[in-house]
Amino acid sequence: MALDKNQIAKRIAKELKHNYYVNLGIGIPTLVANYIPEGIDVEFQSENGILGMGPFPFEGDEDADLINAGKQTITTLPGASFFDSAFSFGMIRGQHVDLTILGAMEVAENGDIANWKIPGKMVKGMGGAMDLVASAENIIVAMMHVNKAGESKILKRCTLPLTGVGCVKKVVTELAVLEVTPAGFRLLERAPGVTVEYIIASTEANLIIDGEIPEMAID
Amino acid sequence: MINKKVNNVQEALQGIENGMTIMLGGFGLCGIPENSITELVKKATTDLTCISNNAGVDDFGLGLLLQKRQIKKMISSYVGENAEFERQMLSGELEVDLIPQGTLAERCRAAQAGIPAFFTPAGYGTEVAEGKEVREFNGKMHIMEHAFNADFAIVKAWKGDEAGNLVFKGTARNFNPCMAGAAKITIAEVEELLPAGGLDPNEIHIPGILVNRIFQGEKYEKRIEQRTVRKIF
Repeated sequence: MALDKNQIAKRIAKELKHNYYVNLGIGIPTLVANYIPEGIDVEFQSENGILGMGPFPFEGDEDADLINAGKQTITTLPGASFFDSAFSFGMIRGQHVDLTILGAMEVAENGDIANWKIPGKMVKGMGGAMDLVASAENIIVAMMHVNKAGESKILKRCTLPLTGVGCVKKVVTELAVLEVTPAGFRLLERAPGVTVEYIIASTEANLIIDGEIPEMAID
Repeated sequence: MINKKVNNVQEALQGIENGMTIMLGGFGLCGIPENSITELVKKATTDLTCISNNAGVDDFGLGLLLQKRQIKKMISSYVGENAEFERQMLSGELEVDLIPQGTLAERCRAAQAGIPAFFTPAGYGTEVAEGKEVREFNGKMHIMEHAFNADFAIVKAWKGDEAGNLVFKGTARNFNPCMAGAAKITIAEVEELLPAGGLDPNEIHIPGILVNRIFQGEKYEKRIEQRTVRKIF
C-alpha cells in the first residue's frame, strides 16, 4: 500500500544521523521532526535565522518574534541560537548544515529538481530553496511519485523551470525510496505491498533494479 | 557619543521621495518596521522600489503600501500570501523581481560591507542565472550577483540606544542586521529606545555606525501570520 505523508516523513527520519544539523522544508519535510529515531540527537535549522528549533508552542505561549521559515510559531530547545539571514545562508552555503530535506514538483535522473514555478500560474517565489539545493551536500526530496492526474513526477528530465541542477541525492515517495546515481535512479526500497512492476509503471525515468528490492521498514 | 535619535517617525522618514529604492527588514510579518510602513502610507510616497524578503499580507506589512499602489517594483524571494499583490502582478501594474533568499540577504550584506559583487552557486542552471556571469570555483559553478544600491534602509530592532546600537529578538532579527548600513541612509525603529549606556556593549548585534536615525515606535501590533500550536493529547 502506498504510504501516507506521515509515513513518508517516518521513512525519511531514518536517514537522520546522530549530531546532524538539518534544514527541513515546508510540507512533508516539516513532519520529519515528529519521528526522530530514539538515541539520535539532531538540531533543526530554519533559514530565517534559528538553530535548535523546537516544537510548536502550547496555546497561549505563541511569540510573534519566534517563527520558522513557514512563518509558523515555534519554540526553542536548550542550545538554540538566533542569527541574521545572511549568516543563516552563510552556514548553508558553507555546508555546515548536514542534511536538507525538501519537497519537489519534479525530480530528474540527473539529480535536477523543480519545485518553485509552474508557467502560467501565480509564481510565489523560490524563497530559500535555490540556495539550499545549490549548497547542501546531502539533499533528500520528499514528494509524491505521481501527480493528481496519475503522471509520474520522477522523470528523465524535468519539464518545469529548475530550482537546481544535479543536486538531489535521494527521493522518498509514497511508493519507493530512490537513490540518484551517475547512471540514474536506483530503486532501493518499495512501500509495503507495492510491487516493483507497479513502481516501474508509475515512473517515467528508467530505474536501476539490482536483485530483490526490500520493503521499507515503517513501524 | 554621536546621537542618532530623532523624535518621531515623521522626522525619521524625512527625505524619502517618490521613485526611491527602499530596503525593509522582516521575514513574513516578523520583525517588520510597522511604524515606518504606516507612516509611508500616510506620506503617500509612490513609485517605490521595495527590497524586502516578502510583501506582507493584504492588510498588514507591505500589503498596506500595495493597497495604495505606492509600490512600483518588489524585489523579494517569496510573495505568496497576498491576494492584492497577485492581482497587481498578473495585471502588470507591479514589477516583481524574485531572487533566491540567500542571494537577497547577501546582496544586502555586500552593500553594507562595500563588496560590489560576489559569486554564489544559488540559481546556477536556472532562469535566475540568465544573463549573469558564470564562473567555476573548486569544480563548482557559480553566478555573479551584485550588491544592492538603495536610497533608504528601514530596519526594526527590539532595543536600541541613542548611539544607534541595536539588539534584536528571536527570529525578528532576520534581514534587519543585513540591511543596516546597506543603503545611503538607514532608519532604525525600535520597541524600546534607551539612553547611550543603556545597552551592554557585549550584547549589541549591530553597532550604531550603521544607523543614521533611530526612534522608538509608537505601538507594535506584531501580528502572527501562521499561529500554530501543539496539540495537547
